[in-house]
Amino acid sequence: MELHNHGQSAVAEAHTHDHHHDEHEHHEDGFIRKYIFSEDHKTIAKQFLILGLMWAFMGGAMSVIFRLQLGFPDFNLEWLRPILGTWINETGKLEQEKYLALVTMHGTIMVFFVLTAGLSGTFSNFLIPLQVGARDMASGFMNMLSFWFFFLASVVMFTSLFLETGPASGGWVIYPPLSALPEAVPGSGAGMTYWLISMALFIVSSLLGGINYITTVINMRTKGLSFARLPLTIWAFFLTAIIGLLSFPVLFAAALLLIFDRSMGTSFFLSDIYIGGKALHHQGGSAILFQHLFWFLGHPEVYIVLLPALGITSEIIATNARKPIFGYRAMVGSMIGIGVLSFIVWAHHMFVTGMNPFLGTIFMLLTLIIAVPSAVKAFNYITTLWKGNIIFTPAMLFSIGLVSLFISGGVTGIVLGNNALDIQLHDTYFVVAHFHLVMGSASFFGMMAGVYHWFPKMFGRMMDDKLGYVHFWLTFIGVYLVFFPMHYIGIAGFPRRYYSFSTFDFGKSYADLNMFISAAAIITFSAQALFAFNFVYSIFRGRLAPLNPWDSNTLEWTTPRVPGHGNWPGAIPTVHRWPYDYSKPDADKDGFTDFIPQHIPFSQTPNSNFEHENDLIAKQEGKKNSGDNEHKHH
Amino acid sequence: MKVNKLNPPTNNTISQENKGVALSMHPRKFALWLFIVSITMMFAALTSAYIVKFTEGQPLVFDIPIMFWITSVVIIVSSLTMHLAYTAAKKNNTKNIKMFMTITSVLGVIFLVGQWYAWAELVQAGVFFAGSKSAPTGSFIYVFSGVHGIHIISGLVFLLITLRLAFQNKINSEKTSVIEMCATYWHFLDILWIYLFVFLLLNH
Repeated sequence: MELHNHGQSAVAEAHTHDHHHDEHEHHEDGFIRKYIFSEDHKTIAKQFLILGLMWAFMGGAMSVIFRLQLGFPDFNLEWLRPILGTWINETGKLEQEKYLALVTMHGTIMVFFVLTAGLSGTFSNFLIPLQVGARDMASGFMNMLSFWFFFLASVVMFTSLFLETGPASGGWVIYPPLSALPEAVPGSGAGMTYWLISMALFIVSSLLGGINYITTVINMRTKGLSFARLPLTIWAFFLTAIIGLLSFPVLFAAALLLIFDRSMGTSFFLSDIYIGGKALHHQGGSAILFQHLFWFLGHPEVYIVLLPALGITSEIIATNARKPIFGYRAMVGSMIGIGVLSFIVWAHHMFVTGMNPFLGTIFMLLTLIIAVPSAVKAFNYITTLWKGNIIFTPAMLFSIGLVSLFISGGVTGIVLGNNALDIQLHDTYFVVAHFHLVMGSASFFGMMAGVYHWFPKMFGRMMDDKLGYVHFWLTFIGVYLVFFPMHYIGIAGFPRRYYSFSTFDFGKSYADLNMFISAAAIITFSAQALFAFNFVYSIFRGRLAPLNPWDSNTLEWTTPRVPGHGNWPGAIPTVHRWPYDYSKPDADKDGFTDFIPQHIPFSQTPNSNFEHENDLIAKQEGKKNSGDNEHKHH
Repeated sequence: MKVNKLNPPTNNTISQENKGVALSMHPRKFALWLFIVSITMMFAALTSAYIVKFTEGQPLVFDIPIMFWITSVVIIVSSLTMHLAYTAAKKNNTKNIKMFMTITSVLGVIFLVGQWYAWAELVQAGVFFAGSKSAPTGSFIYVFSGVHGIHIISGLVFLLITLRLAFQNKINSEKTSVIEMCATYWHFLDILWIYLFVFLLLNH
């Protein structure tokens, strides 16, 4: 094995050297083309990651500010004036309308900019070409555009924070009439316009990206890589992109109609509205219609956020448990099932809008069915871990953490999916706790797992393990301390999006619990500084990464330490087997340890092959012989 | 054994690039189809919103502008000429490529102008896009034709790019992929309009 590794790295070094030489001859990559307007999928992935992480810190900081308000309503926030300016009023308290703005921005940023662009944008871009064995995406130019549309969307959204009337503040779901009428709340003025422009740009970005991901997976797989041999990461990104392609245009349609209502005086979503005793001219529209359109995207969006995290987890858990993933086909099937179901459950967000209760029951039924594929996935993760030879890398810890959060957040989904129970629980902190665990934290853990796992391939260096462990435990415990108590507050009837509960008597009963949650949130957020330090420090000063640090099977680990544009200096490797040949019996007789990478032909592993794999060799031999004969005839 | 499994990239027996299981369609053409899927989803959303609006409350009853009949014929004819241009390209008949591409582009512009007159007709009939006299069902007609019109503009840009290539003699039986994609997109826009038109005929 040692000999093998040594040989491989020597050859790889020779290749990098060759490649380097090439670059010198061609002078193809100037600084701007290489690091800014790059068409290399790996650079674009890093751009998505870094911008996504910057948004993550900003979104997290916002939550700390409004948690201060909720946990410590009498606390003087005067010290935040240098940052927040007039958002802090004369008495040193957060402006009420700006509280709403913070909540809205926190949601928008986290759902779209961090967990859609930062997660899917980063890892789809980085891993699809590397794991399917392609030189780059189907269209490098479209891929570059995808990032720069995201960048523009970010600039517009960021600018909206500095508007005099503040950013959009009608909640991230931007329900009309609140979002449609500038008179309704200050944030519905210019802030909402900026929000809509930003989201339109964002939709263009994710469509450009998604079209590329699907095309690359379908068209550009290397020889031998059938769909049945795709790593589960690729399956997840592929399905995510399809879901995005089908649902984002619907959000675009909804946003378009909202724009017409806001700026041109149509009445798609507005009817019978009086402001200050004066009737508005809008007649005949329906606010519920917007909710239907919005949630037709909004619900699939949950899976756009979560599926990539689940795919990343499948890969990391199998690798670090040194076992084949349990139930590969069931994993693929359940992801397809989740994807299909995600389009027919949207109205469970609308149980209390006055929709027909009979219709509500149908949506309840469909919603609860999602528990089946989700449970299949959860069980498969656990059974993959079962009796595995587990290696607790930080990435593995975050993946196991994801499974934990996915289960504890998913269970409350079954509660909320019942339309009768939802009458009591809707719009309370129970809902907030539910989706922060199952969608927010779980996906965030998937993203962190992905960063720790693929950092060596991205930057050619290792992150520090010990800091990673501390980061994991603080985050894992912190997330539970924040969101577990929130369920109780929700059951007690505390509505979400309220500025303060101190004016009501019932609100005082949970003042201490709210304080506890806020303290936990601040500690959890502070723990992310460890990650930030580890990330930035390791990019420049981390230990040089070995070629295959996790002894993994997938194709990206056959590239040089820092792959150039084109990924493989030589020919693209051919795939001969699925990616989960870990701890295969008798592999040692073939000269392998506990993993056999995807590019190793079965003919090299006669001792460890299963029956049907030997049959495959026989078939291939047959083909080759007939091919040789033909050749001779020519 | 150990030597054999060294170093996969240099092993030439395994080095055919991207051949094998991959789909035979060109990635760009495939991407175009995906783009068409996303446009379809947007119009699916808009038309189903219209149905929701139409079936609840009192819908605004209106007549379909006569002009829509004319523009529908225009766009169907433009689809035919587009197809003729494409077959000319396959037969390497450069003169016909140029002629039919030009006719298609002109018909595309006529279609857009026709849509504008249809809007004028709607205003005459008292169906407004916005304002106190408007109703959502009426506004939807403008949205359908307007959003479709914007896509027609994008289609015209594509037509002009192809036309330019045709006049540079860069389209022939060897190089049909651009004109094929252009034809696909233009036929899609045609079918999309016919769908919207029939949809409005059935629900007004």
